[in-house]
Amino acid sequence: MSRQSARRAQNRLDHGGLVDRTRPISFSFDGKSYQGFAGDTLASALLASGVHHVARSFKYHRPRGFLGAGPEDPGALVRVGSDPATMVVNQRATEVELFDGLEAFPQNCWPSLRLDFGVVNDLMHRFLPAGFYYKTFMGPPGSWMFFEPFIRRAAGLGPAPSAPDPARYEHMNRHCEVLVIGSGPAGLAAAREAARSGARVILAEESAACGGRLLGEAEGDALIEGMAPRAWRGDVLAELAANPEVTLLTRTSASGYYSQNWVTLFENCTDHLPPSEAGHLPRHRLWRVRAAQVVLATGAIERPLVFHGNDRPGVMLASAARTYLHRYGVRAGSNAVIFANNDDAWRSAFDLHDAGAHIAAIIDTRPDPAAAHREAAEAHGIGVRTGATIVATQGRGHIRSIDVAAFDAGGVTGKPERIACDLLCVSGGWSPNVALFSQSGGSLRYDETLAAFVPDEARQEVVAIGACAGDFALAEAVSRGVETGRTAAREAGFVASATDPVAGETRDAALPYRVTPAWELPSNLPKTRIRAFVDYQNDVTAKDLHLAVREGYGAVEHAKRYTTTGMGTDQGKIVGVNAIGVLSGVLDKPIGEIGVTTYRPPWRPISFGAVAGQHVGGLFHPRRTTAMHDWHVENGAVFETVGDWLRARVYPQPGEDFEAALQRECRAARNAVGVLDASTLGKIDIRGKDARSFLNRIYTNAWMKLEPGRCRYGLMTNEDGMVFDDGVTACLADDHFHMTTTTGGAARVLGWLEEYHQTEWPDLEVYMTSVTEQWAVASICGPRAPELAADLFDDIDADPERFPFMSHASGHIDGVPARVFRISFTGEVSYEINVPASYGLWLWRTLMERGKPYGITPYGTEGMHLLRAEKGFIIVGQETDGTLTPVDLGMGWAVKQSADFIGKRSLTRSDTARDDRLQLVGLLTADPGFVIPEGSQIIASGREQSPRTPMIGHVTSSYFSPTLERSIALALIAGGHGRMGERIHVARRGADPVPATITGTDFLAGLKEAS
Amino acid sequence: MFRIRCPYCGERDQIEFGYGGEAHIARPADPDALSDAQWADYVFMRTNTKGLFAERWVHSAGCRRWFNALRDTATDRFVATYVIGEAPPLPVPQLVPGDQAPDPAEAIPEEAAGGGQR
Repeated sequence: MSRQSARRAQNRLDHGGLVDRTRPISFSFDGKSYQGFAGDTLASALLASGVHHVARSFKYHRPRGFLGAGPEDPGALVRVGSDPATMVVNQRATEVELFDGLEAFPQNCWPSLRLDFGVVNDLMHRFLPAGFYYKTFMGPPGSWMFFEPFIRRAAGLGPAPSAPDPARYEHMNRHCEVLVIGSGPAGLAAAREAARSGARVILAEESAACGGRLLGEAEGDALIEGMAPRAWRGDVLAELAANPEVTLLTRTSASGYYSQNWVTLFENCTDHLPPSEAGHLPRHRLWRVRAAQVVLATGAIERPLVFHGNDRPGVMLASAARTYLHRYGVRAGSNAVIFANNDDAWRSAFDLHDAGAHIAAIIDTRPDPAAAHREAAEAHGIGVRTGATIVATQGRGHIRSIDVAAFDAGGVTGKPERIACDLLCVSGGWSPNVALFSQSGGSLRYDETLAAFVPDEARQEVVAIGACAGDFALAEAVSRGVETGRTAAREAGFVASATDPVAGETRDAALPYRVTPAWELPSNLPKTRIRAFVDYQNDVTAKDLHLAVREGYGAVEHAKRYTTTGMGTDQGKIVGVNAIGVLSGVLDKPIGEIGVTTYRPPWRPISFGAVAGQHVGGLFHPRRTTAMHDWHVENGAVFETVGDWLRARVYPQPGEDFEAALQRECRAARNAVGVLDASTLGKIDIRGKDARSFLNRIYTNAWMKLEPGRCRYGLMTNEDGMVFDDGVTACLADDHFHMTTTTGGAARVLGWLEEYHQTEWPDLEVYMTSVTEQWAVASICGPRAPELAADLFDDIDADPERFPFMSHASGHIDGVPARVFRISFTGEVSYEINVPASYGLWLWRTLMERGKPYGITPYGTEGMHLLRAEKGFIIVGQETDGTLTPVDLGMGWAVKQSADFIGKRSLTRSDTARDDRLQLVGLLTADPGFVIPEGSQIIASGREQSPRTPMIGHVTSSYFSPTLERSIALALIAGGHGRMGERIHVARRGADPVPATITGTDFLAGLKEAS
Repeated sequence: MFRIRCPYCGERDQIEFGYGGEAHIARPADPDALSDAQWADYVFMRTNTKGLFAERWVHSAGCRRWFNALRDTATDRFVATYVIGEAPPLPVPQLVPGDQAPDPAEAIPEEAAGGGQR
């Protein structure tokens, strides 16, 4: 180690803790180099070098240091890395593990951590009260517009990475009998006992090492089952590691607790490693665990006290100071003050003293701290002030001194005394970490003795033990752990053998936990100047909570949202109970009556990558392709997604743009032969003696008289009378039909048929089978299509006279079986050729080869859309949006009067029978060259009125028609069917409305007879 | 994520199932005989039960059969599943005898008053 580094690591003890002093690690923070050891976190290594100020708060940009030592820390957020793809922001320095070459940076400050101009917010804090945003929204028109850029710039955490994430993420699915969350003494005991029964056990530990508070406390004369605690821990871990039914996961936090004991575990696999050592591992894993029994040993979280000036760097939870000391071998200060309302925090004074720190004072808000502690303090020569509070603190980037004074219920009574210090250990008591218990649906109960919420009634198969259950004593935690581990395994059907070794004595080194709550401490300053922080990340003070109550947001869920208490990335881990305590004081109501805000997943921030898992890129939404897909790719098709399918949209030739290709394809379909890959259409084979009457109930039109060999177009409506699918169904035999659906609606329609058959009409004998994938379909159309068809078919007469429109035939093409439907979606003579899917590509190549003399041209879905729009055929989902009846679409002819069908009754409801509903019409613009943008709004007059012009409809489809050599459009217009020939206008953004005339929907009607 | 017992296949993960809303609402035999309000009640109105609720599920990624379930909407606990056509194995509030086809004119004030007891 260089001399400079040695000087910097001034606060590192030469022994103790879990760090490996033989493995120094170099890292940088804010551009400066430091050294730590293997086993350090960024926080412990920086503290070892005397660095406290590492961040700025969210709103007021106040200096922030390390309040905690783990996931609970609210303020010490940093950015790790600088690569635009792999950098991660808002990482808790208390959890970031050191590796060689780690680069970390402060965030939310400009131009630098020390000199941050955002601090102007702090100076203006009186003008940025709680609810500032809401009040600005409610202000005079325009005030939000004025303030927003300022707010957006000033507020915020780290910046988002700007390049795609190259890392890999995984989901893991697991079942187990017993899932133990947390590996403190209670969790270890439970996992060991459950594992001894032979049950499958998963033990999840959030940090890098198992042991929980065992690692953060001095061992003293404590014993677990007759052993020194850390030796006991080593034995248990060795036993668990040797058991093949145990999965021990470190760096793994339970992020969410869902129904029926389904728990997600977020595992960090490589963030703690230098990139060169990450190897083949994914960055994060999300374990999705279904556990028969869950044991929550999630411990407790210490909370700070709420007093003026409680947020300076150097103010630290008393337990965190002990963790840095005992787990990392770091003395967080050399001249410390301890400020608490409970006996537990006094341990920090004695431990720091034993580590060579000077203890300037112990300040206890209670008049009656434990006598044993007082004697020990006297023996150590530590000054003690009881019934006293800190009324102010000093020091800009780091605490320098505090002012302490006596107080009673009426406020500060004594004259403040100033005490110098470089570390202030605070403790407002412990809050059991009930987040997961609450997520599981369990209820919480306020325990007056503990001054905290504890688990009450469980709703799932879950038990909370140890500090999570409010059992702070070691003996209780271990015995409850043992008992719960056995019970959980037994409930899941596993019983341990009776030969377990008899356990030795378990005893605490510490005094029993005693606390007297002090939620909001007084100061001698004027009320308006007191800034006692409750939420250190979102900068919420006790004063803000008072304001929320005054302004009517006294309910705990309202106060939370109004002030943003607990809404930062820390989700209020240290905040919650303090905020409730302050509210209880303001409202003068018992805490139990105020209740807690709802705990929701995730327990801690997890990466989007872990949530997505492997479902990214090509695996995000796998696409289906047709049998002809390879040909489309080879021939330069541009694709679009339709439902799950990739469909060829247009086939541009070299040098041709999209529109030119589209026009060429459509001209060929009208003048020669076009061919479309129609394989994606949904196809359902329907059989049974009642198939016909079933169809008659499903479709809006009549099916009882359709003869075998014939086809019919049908519309389906919901019970609300609104069109939801359409298609042609062919009668193959009296009890056998071939139904086609829209591409995107295939699965939905099959489900719909099955639902009605099973739940409403189980008496009908009918069988439905999806055959979408079994048939490949090429649809040829155009004036020369009959010639090509005649050339193609072995044994089907292709003549349109003898093989008429809306009929079908079965036969062969070069010996390959084919089913041919004479149905048309373009208005041209068409043959929809179905062959077994394995012949799809062969069929397509054959068509292209044999069709050459007839000018065969493939057209894509865009051409199909244009051709059908010329003919005025609807596309469900383009013209319709779930609010249109068959009548609205001008298809009243498809509604039978003879019998009931799904949705029929709705068509005569007063609302659906209105004649001023949106109705489908054609539009011809006055300027034949102007193609209206789809979605354009339609207005009645050419002058837009101020401030609002009534909209009378909108454009659903719009093209330049190559056949008519002019623009055409389909539109929905209020009462449109009764407005033929009327002139309307199409509104445009930033330009004058365009006049157009309402027409019928079949633009080819005047040209020629459709076949 | 629930585990649901399909009456035909056994217990499976929720991801295999689709939800079908309130159960035991029979499609009227003669829709034309209903008033607009009665028909609208069938099409649009559902109870919003807190507590035991009979609802429909379909094992869409399994046997594709529809079935009914009793679930406590407050605790998400599945109490029972049973095949279509069977009566619920426990009394459920939404099926209080004599109230199976409530007159919509009466139903509205009850729901406005908080529902739950229907």
